[in-house]
Amino acid sequence: MRDMQAQDVVPGCEQWIQPLYAEEPRRLYVSEEEVPYPDGRLIVSSTDLEGIITFCNDSFVQMSGYSEEELMGQPHSILRHPDIPRVAFVDLWQTVQAGKRWQGYVKNLRKDGRFYWVYATVVPNKRGGVIKGYTSVRRKPSRSKVAEAEALYKKLLAEQAP
Amino acid sequence: MKLQFTVSPDFAPESLAAWHIFNTYLQRQTGLGSHFETYESYQDLHAAIDNGEVDLIFANAYDSASLVRDKGYAPLASPEGQADEVVIAVAEGSPVLGVEELAPGITIASTADPDVQTIGMIMLEPANLDKSNTRINVRGSYPLVAKSLMRNEAAAGFFLAEAYERFSEVIKQQLRPLVRSYIQVINHCFLLSPNAIAHKDQLLDLLAAMHTQANGERVLQDLGYKAWHIPPQEEVEFTLDLMSTLVEE
Ligand SMILES: Cc1cc2nc3c(=O)[nH]c(=O)nc-3n(C[C@H](O)[C@H](O)[C@H](O)COP(=O)(O)O)c2cc1C
Repeated sequence: MRDMQAQDVVPGCEQWIQPLYAEEPRRLYVSEEEVPYPDGRLIVSSTDLEGIITFCNDSFVQMSGYSEEELMGQPHSILRHPDIPRVAFVDLWQTVQAGKRWQGYVKNLRKDGRFYWVYATVVPNKRGGVIKGYTSVRRKPSRSKVAEAEALYKKLLAEQAP
Repeated sequence: MKLQFTVSPDFAPESLAAWHIFNTYLQRQTGLGSHFETYESYQDLHAAIDNGEVDLIFANAYDSASLVRDKGYAPLASPEGQADEVVIAVAEGSPVLGVEELAPGITIASTADPDVQTIGMIMLEPANLDKSNTRINVRGSYPLVAKSLMRNEAAAGFFLAEAYERFSEVIKQQLRPLVRSYIQVINHCFLLSPNAIAHKDQLLDLLAAMHTQANGERVLQDLGYKAWHIPPQEEVEFTLDLMSTLVEE
């Protein structure tokens, strides 16, 4: 996956090298600035069985800062924020691969280095009893739930082997 | 065979006349002896479905999900170019300026429409509100939901956006919207029961062509729709997947 680009991001970003599961490590630019979740919207995307983006709605495109062309065909980890511990995504993948629904709070990294929090529900797309892909629908989270998730993720990151 | 036809009880009594006319159109065009039945409540409707008394239904998305996935109903068509969206509003004079200022313990006025309640409750999540710390006061119609706000019987109200927008200026001036959903995928849909599946092609042809016929177009207009959209199977499945992310398990 393409590295994030210095000319795309807001001033004051920190650089990171993010290890990924099935991809080369990616250079990130990370800002402390949050973009508020738009009221009343659902942010929707789908992936194939490997987590490659096959669909995203307007709200997804808007909030991610990427164009639809830049998103389609890319791994969903294009939005991965370094503040989320690896175990959260392991849990997500194990749950949906088992045919079940996963729900959780996710901090996403935008193309411009800023971030946004979502409450995500990921479901397998079963067709004739067979999982053909996955869909995630995000909604606006409450601030207190975000604060709880933030604290938990900090703790899990600290415990995570380097 | 007699085709038992009904619509979701979320339609206001004044819109049922247009559905009667739709039923007459259906009878004339298909030669099927279709019978239009209305149910006062979701309880009555669900009992009728369980007794096999509903062949064709124009159902809300919430009911559609279980009718298709659990009861084997076949989706036929939904209104083209529109979707069911929700407005959360308060009384004009309410001190509440945003959803996040609504506090636990509040009473919410709503109709019994499960789509509207589902979307409404999702839009209250940012305020940490859910079924456990709110009370839903069910009203028979959207004007009655508006009335409970004006009388301060409820702190906030859930409205089908379409119904909210149809309110007169006099009513709108006494209300203030806090948030409007923009979901775009939740819609009513015609569903056909497994017992009546032999009529599927005939009904699909009729619905697909309805807006091209002068009298069909008039019937559609009365219902407030432009045409019927016949979704491909994958679109139906995808919509049901989306619904499944929104309803509690
Ligand atoms: C349908 C679906 C949606 C996903 N959405 C996101 C997302 O919004 N942000 C994110 O960081 N990861 C998301 N993931 C998880 C990523 O696939 C990936 O596991 C994660 O970004 C961590 O990267 P890694 O698995 O390479 O370590 C999603 C996965 C699926 C199946």
